[in-house]
Amino acid sequence: MMGFEPYVFSNLVTVAVLIGLGLLVRVVRRQRLWNEAARQLWDRRKLAIVLVGIYLVIGLLDSVAWKGGVPEDVVDVLPNAPLTLIDRVFLGTKEASYSAPLALVEFYGAAPLRRPGTHALGTDILGRDVLYLTLKGARVALLIGGLTSLIAIPLALLFGVGAGYFGGRFDDFVFFLISTLASMPGLLLLIALIMAMGRDTLSVCIALGVTSWVGFCRLSRAETLKLRELDYVSAARALGLSEYRIVVRHILPNLAHLIVITFVLMFSGLVLSEVVLSWLGIGVDGSWGQMIDGARNELSREPIIWWNIAAAGSALFGLILAVNIVGDGIRDVLDPRTQKGPT
Amino acid sequence: MSVSAETPTLLRVSGLQTWYPIRKGLMRRLVGWVQAVSDVSFEIGPGQTFALVGESGCGKTTVGRSLLRLESPQKGEVHFEGRDLLKLDSDSMRAARQHIQIIFQDPMASLDPRMRIGDQIAEGMKSFGIGADERERVDRVRALLERVQLDPDTMDRYPHEFSGGQRQRICIARALAVEPRLIVCDESVSALDVSIQAQILNLLRELQDELGLSYLFITHDLSVVRHLAHEVAVMYLGKIVEQGPTERIFDAPAHPYTKGLLASIPSIDPERRGGAPPVLGDVPSPSDPPAGCHFHTRCGVVMDRCRRQAPRLFEIEGGRSRCFLAEHSDPT
Amino acid sequence: MSALLEVRNLRTTFPGALRPLPVVDDISFSLARGEVLALVGESGSGKSMTALSILRLVPKPGQVVAGEVMLAGEDLLQLPVTQMRRVRGARIAMIFQEPMTCLNPVVTVGAQVMEAIQLHDSMSKVDARARTRELFAEVGIPDPDARLDAYPHHLSGGLKQRVMIAMALSTRPEILIADEPTTALDVTIQAQILALLRNLQRDRGTAILLITHDLGIVNELADRVAVMYAGRLVEVAERKALLSDPLHPYTQGLLRSIPALSRAGERLPEIPGVVPSPDQWPAGCRFSTRCPLRFEPCAELFPEEIRPAAGRRVWCHEVERSMGGKGAS
Repeated sequence: MMGFEPYVFSNLVTVAVLIGLGLLVRVVRRQRLWNEAARQLWDRRKLAIVLVGIYLVIGLLDSVAWKGGVPEDVVDVLPNAPLTLIDRVFLGTKEASYSAPLALVEFYGAAPLRRPGTHALGTDILGRDVLYLTLKGARVALLIGGLTSLIAIPLALLFGVGAGYFGGRFDDFVFFLISTLASMPGLLLLIALIMAMGRDTLSVCIALGVTSWVGFCRLSRAETLKLRELDYVSAARALGLSEYRIVVRHILPNLAHLIVITFVLMFSGLVLSEVVLSWLGIGVDGSWGQMIDGARNELSREPIIWWNIAAAGSALFGLILAVNIVGDGIRDVLDPRTQKGPT
Repeated sequence: MSVSAETPTLLRVSGLQTWYPIRKGLMRRLVGWVQAVSDVSFEIGPGQTFALVGESGCGKTTVGRSLLRLESPQKGEVHFEGRDLLKLDSDSMRAARQHIQIIFQDPMASLDPRMRIGDQIAEGMKSFGIGADERERVDRVRALLERVQLDPDTMDRYPHEFSGGQRQRICIARALAVEPRLIVCDESVSALDVSIQAQILNLLRELQDELGLSYLFITHDLSVVRHLAHEVAVMYLGKIVEQGPTERIFDAPAHPYTKGLLASIPSIDPERRGGAPPVLGDVPSPSDPPAGCHFHTRCGVVMDRCRRQAPRLFEIEGGRSRCFLAEHSDPT
Repeated sequence: MSALLEVRNLRTTFPGALRPLPVVDDISFSLARGEVLALVGESGSGKSMTALSILRLVPKPGQVVAGEVMLAGEDLLQLPVTQMRRVRGARIAMIFQEPMTCLNPVVTVGAQVMEAIQLHDSMSKVDARARTRELFAEVGIPDPDARLDAYPHHLSGGLKQRVMIAMALSTRPEILIADEPTTALDVTIQAQILALLRNLQRDRGTAILLITHDLGIVNELADRVAVMYAGRLVEVAERKALLSDPLHPYTQGLLRSIPALSRAGERLPEIPGVVPSPDQWPAGCRFSTRCPLRFEPCAELFPEEIRPAAGRRVWCHEVERSMGGKGAS
């Protein structure tokens, strides 16, 4: 885009995301309500948070790429290709074909490996280190979950809060839109969009985003309808605030806990959706879903090749489980009802 | 002590009508109206407290909200500081809102749970341009908190850290922050314990004496009214049925509903214990009020005429009464 | 009259930050057959929790930790749960403040009352329906036949409360616990419900434990009154005595703050300050932080029960001192 090479663009986005995260942390630290919530969350769900953190770090390490620095003897990579940190760690580890975890020889034919005993999770059909592939999959998963949510949630808020707060024709329109979208078979719509837009990561994320905003839209509309009737909204109007300011200052902050919970839970749903898309052949390159799909045939071989699917499956399971546990924890901590004790 | 012709009127309401449409079916057909407020007129002078009293469904809350255009009346005029508020465009209305404020009933719902109370008190100041900069606004917030007998250092706390009575004080501070001339108190002490009620009522009186505020005090609790109000209007099913100075209403109520209302209040005089309940039956629905006089279905002295004809407000000694029994005293 | 219900040293605690907090703290009182005892207090006084403790319906994480609740000689707190269930509804019935939330919105009111009847009396459906209709008429529901098949949202607040009363009385309980039964109702409807309760009580001889914050209601219904503050009893007396000659400063303050008594123009006497939360209770008298008659022992030493006259109980150092008892400084 705009003459940038994709990897430069990706680097910039990564830096932007980091800055965004930094700002978010600053905001949380300053607001006592969020600060206390974060502290409580840490107390209750340390393990899961650490696990998610590990995935995040791995994804980060795979997000920044630069050119050059390829040693002479590495032949399976172009010398001028942009490589990330993880790429570089695993440079030159490519074998010829399958090998079992920590094996010294190839799986079929027992030819000696170039780097015997170093492949902790074995190698795949092309000889690539499975651990390497698994680590790279982390970034893809985070992108699918995170980027898509970042598309779907603002879309849902725009329509949902707008419909709930202003009502009238806009509400009728949104209702019509939601009902139409909800009546279409999601999978078919998804396939159609991906076919139309292409199979790169961004397109898949957009397609997923467009088909998953409906649920949260309904939720935010319902919550806005409830909040709109509360006295403090009437009080704000009596104090002379414009409708726009009321929405921004009084409605949205009181939806924040819903947004956080929805984000976390949507994340896991999206990652799992991508696995299905991979099975259909339209997933994102390099994702765990693709690894799992590719491993289908391997399971019917004799002797069975299990380490591909095991690695991808475990990594997927680990991330989703951790995210769900953290999500439940966030829900408990942010639920306004659990914040007050018995009076 | 009612508003005489010489006292400049702060607020004059005439013929206010706020009805809600009832729509049914897919096409949202209009099938009827909830006649929440019909033909309500009254005046409030500066430094006066006017009480609007009645039971649930009588429309008193709708009157309060209609004055601030938090509801949309169909008919009527609300003259405040020389202008009809119902005819203003939204920008002028927003500016006019500075001088009419409102304090709600439920202290839990009146404050944004996710905003610090200091910020909430200052919010109105910002929107009306009171206070030149941040520091001045902070000073004013601290002064206001002190005025309502709260510790100014608590301005960075959140609403859930305060009790119900304290939250109501914060709401009072928020209303005072924009320097209003009239405050609508919509059941503002109903959700509070009796001992806290006394504190808040005393505070409201002090503020009235000190700042010359007027109050439109909306409540179902007649005993509160006696202590605070100069003039009282009793509402039933959307209409004012009796109006007059507080003492006259309590000592010599004219309308049968007012009499029944007063007699229904359980007395704490140990020598007096109740007999039969003064008013029987349930309140009819405001979407389907009885023909003729709205109160005739529950009235102990109902006449044949009452079932067919709806009485207007007749002038009586010390106010007005919407009852045919008062017709003979009306000079017109 | 022998005591029908005797509550001795009842204590119910809720977990606090540092230690369990006794929201019902060492409460003892008795209720005679056919008597109306009012339990009076503001929010946080523990009056509702006392009633729930008697019925063993205290919501978790609270629990009853000490005391005895003797119903005709049997300690309810020691009963196995299955037997307790037979007490609830049949021997002790309860009605609550918000009839809206106590009735199942998707079942007709007739069916709900019939269910209560059939739970405790084996009766055919036809008989139960007839009995329900009788009850509806008895509690003053107009057009009872039609109302049997009505859903709760068709009924006004007053009618719903009458249904609740019908349900509660359907099993002819010995005791009715009424927790703020008219607080959510309009004042004219409240007068009707109070008259109804008075008549029913007189006709059936049901004892009533009435929980309220409104001293006017106390005057209308009660024979005796027990005043609670911050989990403890502060004064118990017969109705007329309490209202005309209150001894405890809290009772006095409460009576004075009622707006009806003062004329317009006077400053309402107020009790300064707020009810302390359970973690801030002083070691001594809990009212000492706001009491105008406070002196040395009050904050440190909890006053013991004194009986200044027959049927009167008071917990106050100042009253003790003025009676010439120990504690005079």
